[in-house]
Amino acid sequence: MATEVGHSLSSPLDLRKTAMWAFLASEFMFFGAFIATFLLYRGKLNGGPGPEELFDVPFTSVSSFVLLSSSLTMVLAHHAWEQNDQRQLRIWLAATALLGMTFLGGQVFEFTTFVDEGLSLSTSPFGSSFFILTGFHGAHVAVGVLMLVSMVIISSRVGLEKSRGMNVELVGLYWHFVDIVWIVIFTVVYLVQV
Amino acid sequence: MTAAAEPVVDQESQEAHQIGPREYWLIAIFLGVITGFEVGATYVDSIKGGWLIALLLVLAAVKFFTVVGWYMHLKYEAFTVNGLFYFGLIGAITLFIVVLLTFRALF
Repeated sequence: MATEVGHSLSSPLDLRKTAMWAFLASEFMFFGAFIATFLLYRGKLNGGPGPEELFDVPFTSVSSFVLLSSSLTMVLAHHAWEQNDQRQLRIWLAATALLGMTFLGGQVFEFTTFVDEGLSLSTSPFGSSFFILTGFHGAHVAVGVLMLVSMVIISSRVGLEKSRGMNVELVGLYWHFVDIVWIVIFTVVYLVQV
Repeated sequence: MTAAAEPVVDQESQEAHQIGPREYWLIAIFLGVITGFEVGATYVDSIKGGWLIALLLVLAAVKFFTVVGWYMHLKYEAFTVNGLFYFGLIGAITLFIVVLLTFRALF
């Protein structure tokens, strides 16, 4: 009987986590295709501005650092959740959401600057592939921020004890995934182009 | 004569607990330093072309697997989870290479 209880408690949790990993694995395909498309079209400018004129590497480096830092705050939130420290959990989740919003703010600023300098979705294949790749990543960050803010609200209203499931762990996996995808995008799109 | 099954132990979380905030901060500093190297390398005139690309890709891979291994705790996960992750990653890399080869953009 004890064994059955043990299985019934742990198996559904493991399944959810495994499902999240499977989802993230499928997301790799999306981003792999978008990055490959960007590399195909990076030189097709149609007379519009190119990476050398547009990219501001120091600015994007700061944005990347902000997103990397959010992985630290997320893992600290996860640690607080494991310790059942609700106050620390809320602090680190809120910090992660704030860093995510800062990153998104930087991306909006970057997009606005590029549009002002003559690059839009329809300017050139380079513009289309760049905006779709980075915009798709930005959409993932935005979804992550929404999940984090929801977690903060739920935590302050009813608490997020470990017994309630593994939502913090799942959101954490998603958030770190967004971070590792940016590590690749930052290198391949911004640094290798310079 | 049914053999009693072993109670389920969440070994992943047991081992992951051995890492604490101090280690997480150290990893963050390490990631920050690597990012600094990456950006700095693009400004060094003596490292250009293929060497620069190779260096940047290696540094990105180090950051990638550091986050995956320690922040996502993949190194403590079961074989199935590792399999799922690497299936997706290898699938994406394969897709990436096939697309570039199809359009003759790689060689």
